[in-house]
Amino acid sequence: MFKYFPHTEDDLKAMLETVGVKDLAALYAQIPEDIRFRGDYDIPSEMSEMEVRDTFAKVGSLNKQLTCFAGMGVYDHYTPSVIPQLLQRSEFLTSYTPYQAEISQGTLHYIFEYQSMMTELTGMDISNASLYDGTTAAAEAMMMAVAAGKKQNKVLVSATINPKTREVLDTYALHQGIELETIPQQDGVTSKENLEAQLAEGGVAGVIVQQPNVFGIVEDYTGFADACHEQKALFIIDSVAADLAVLKTPGEWGADIAVGDGQSLGIPMLFGGPYVGYMCCTEKLIRKMPGRIVGMTKDNRDQRAFVLTLQAREQHIRRQKATSNICSNQSLMALFVTIYCSLMGKQGLKEAAQLSYAGAHYLWDELKKTGRFRLVYDQPFFNEFYVKYDGDVDTLYQRFIEAGFLVAKMDDGLVFAVTEKRTKEEIDNLVKIAAL
Amino acid sequence: MNNRLYGNLIFELSKEGRRGYSLPRNNFGNYEIPASMQRTEEAQLPECDELTVVRHYTNLSNNNFGVDTGFYPLGSCTMKYNPKINEEMAALPQFQDLHPMQPAETVKGALALVALLEQSLCKLTGLAHFTFKPYAGAHGELTGLMTIDNYHRSRGDMQRKKVVVPDSAHGTNPASAAVCGLEIIEVKSNAEGQVDLEDLEHLVTAEGPNIAAMMMTNPNTLGLFETQIPEIAKLIHDCGGLMYYDGANLNPMLGACRPGDMGFDVMHINLHKTFSTPHGGGGPGAGPVGVREGLQDFFPVVSPYHGNFGVMMRAYAYILSLGRENVKLVGPLAVLNANYIKESLKDVYELPIDTTCCHEFVFDGLKDKSTGVTTMDVAKRLLDYGYHAPTIYFPLLFHESLMVEPTENESKETLDGFIAVMRQIAEEAKTNPDEVKSAPHTTPIGRVDDVLAAKHPVVTFRQLQAEAQL
Repeated sequence: MFKYFPHTEDDLKAMLETVGVKDLAALYAQIPEDIRFRGDYDIPSEMSEMEVRDTFAKVGSLNKQLTCFAGMGVYDHYTPSVIPQLLQRSEFLTSYTPYQAEISQGTLHYIFEYQSMMTELTGMDISNASLYDGTTAAAEAMMMAVAAGKKQNKVLVSATINPKTREVLDTYALHQGIELETIPQQDGVTSKENLEAQLAEGGVAGVIVQQPNVFGIVEDYTGFADACHEQKALFIIDSVAADLAVLKTPGEWGADIAVGDGQSLGIPMLFGGPYVGYMCCTEKLIRKMPGRIVGMTKDNRDQRAFVLTLQAREQHIRRQKATSNICSNQSLMALFVTIYCSLMGKQGLKEAAQLSYAGAHYLWDELKKTGRFRLVYDQPFFNEFYVKYDGDVDTLYQRFIEAGFLVAKMDDGLVFAVTEKRTKEEIDNLVKIAAL
Repeated sequence: MNNRLYGNLIFELSKEGRRGYSLPRNNFGNYEIPASMQRTEEAQLPECDELTVVRHYTNLSNNNFGVDTGFYPLGSCTMKYNPKINEEMAALPQFQDLHPMQPAETVKGALALVALLEQSLCKLTGLAHFTFKPYAGAHGELTGLMTIDNYHRSRGDMQRKKVVVPDSAHGTNPASAAVCGLEIIEVKSNAEGQVDLEDLEHLVTAEGPNIAAMMMTNPNTLGLFETQIPEIAKLIHDCGGLMYYDGANLNPMLGACRPGDMGFDVMHINLHKTFSTPHGGGGPGAGPVGVREGLQDFFPVVSPYHGNFGVMMRAYAYILSLGRENVKLVGPLAVLNANYIKESLKDVYELPIDTTCCHEFVFDGLKDKSTGVTTMDVAKRLLDYGYHAPTIYFPLLFHESLMVEPTENESKETLDGFIAVMRQIAEEAKTNPDEVKSAPHTTPIGRVDDVLAAKHPVVTFRQLQAEAQL
């Protein structure tokens, strides 16, 4: 038998006898013959472990390794070696949703820590146990705002949000029948004037903005929360998790819901996933929150224990009346960022953010010196910035690729992102290519 | 497992001045983040040295139970073995550092992998195209329903907003339909636990032009193959609806029957079930959606890139390892294991529908109801004997549902051990019911107070501290 099948000939015989059928095929006697699949699937023949390894190595060699100056929601941060090793602990890796609390304290315990860390980063009261990624977290926040509102069915989204997020919001809104309207930008930041005008029209359940925004700009959201609350709309801020270690938090801006991607907390880019979406909210909204939530309780031996809680919101109880169709969370990736935050801690996250900020500003200063670039919007940025090039941008982009550098292209401009991983040498080399 | 020694939160191990990281020197010069940008209150994250962190999480893992720890017959979740080679393949450096926005010519390998996996899934399911954007099973359901909704909209068939769902369906089915803006109509099960064809005919007569789709899993949540599937598909197709296959129960069909051949138009696959990727304590999974030729134009954008690529790599490594020779044995062996347990226990546990099951089956509690021992008690007592509990109180068709799914990876010895313990618990229920009702006794913690947690939610360390000061 194959290595993942433990059945010997004798086992098969004995088991078939207990079941009372003559062979394995007879187990499917109830399937109508005309839909029964017989024969072989047209897939590759079985491979030894060595052949699997070889196949992946060959396919992998077709990829080109680039030094990453691209961001736009996905950032090349450093992964401390502790994390992948701890994530491979079988007891974490091969378990499922912690339904049986007595033998799942490991998972429940770290989710409680995760929730605590995300509320610390966002400055909010409550966090759920995580969602799939930042874009779907934003979509969940949009639906949560509409569900929390009374007959309000409109959600306003700033034009400075990542277009990838907007696309996912559009998808969910279309099927939910939610009216999504855009708040235009002015000089690269959300127009407060327009926001107030649209809010005044009424019917707005929620307002979604991004910080730092898609251009890397750190926006000033002073007065936004009040404007929203005056019209009974929820204020939602979408942020890169790692940046919140230093930036003014969604909580400090007066947000009702904070969402975003946790990928920036050391998770490898891995061609788009898995990442982890976070969602935090005010205490008032806890029963409207989608997804799993872990809470503290006691066991019958009077010990502190953790458990899935407030499950009355969820699909397996509420079915079509649930707050969301989310079934599980993104648990292992929540563990990833929990260990990351434990290692980096209060100081490390700040230091990494400062390094990213310094690298990005050094890069901009150097690019400026070439005389060929200008910032599209003259606004304060964090670790990412949007520039126009005075030559053919596609040629430059290609030249970067050939030299082994990746930057992000947006419309006819380029967006550069710098993390703590980028060295001065790499930046200087990039600038040399840019100056050619 | 030691809850007492290592029950601390990482925050409680924190000490000011400790650090568990190292970063390069800042040699960029003097670039200070302006104060106007900065938060005023510091994030209260822990401060720990590296060993403290490693030991903390290692010990937490010891308070957990996974497939690698022991038998995990959690019905409907297909807790099969997660091969180690898959983990190594997913961690290959040639893929780890790929940004999802890299131009196609620099990610030929990654794109080839996506294409190869798609090809294999098409052959295994009998469908024509897959999208990998959905991140999980429930996300796949939603994506599939959106695809169907987009299809009807494209034809101007705007009134098709109803989805027929069997009363035995997974809870995510109705919830996904609701998120997609669709309305559920439930079709009843008959005495054999299958879709009641007569009831379905009534529904189709009454609602035909409004039916967008029927959502089914086959075998259904009772582990029973819906033998009337060709008739069901015909009824739905004739009224203009599409057939959606909930791939949660695909595992027993490998080697037996393809959803495309059964008459399904759209399906999702839980790669973390049928294709062996680890459940990770509740994610990440992957829920690729497959469709018949022509429907691929209606795939929605439910995520920005290629979905959970790392999970897809694991699934492909699994497919390559099994190959066409072994993949067709997955279903039969899983079905054999399930039937073997069922036949070995049905004299002491109540089997409401006594027929050949597929990969799983459902008991309605103990046969002897006089002891007062419930399904919950049996589940908790199993923990004492080193087994994970089956799924309990689902499906909702029975009061004391106990849903067992053993997967193809479990040996006869493992199953015999489980059977013996299940019989012993049935015996204990008569001779020593209190021991069962107060179980578990050997786990790091005892039964938890769910009511306290929900009535008075404490969900962060900050709240926990505030609580302690009261």
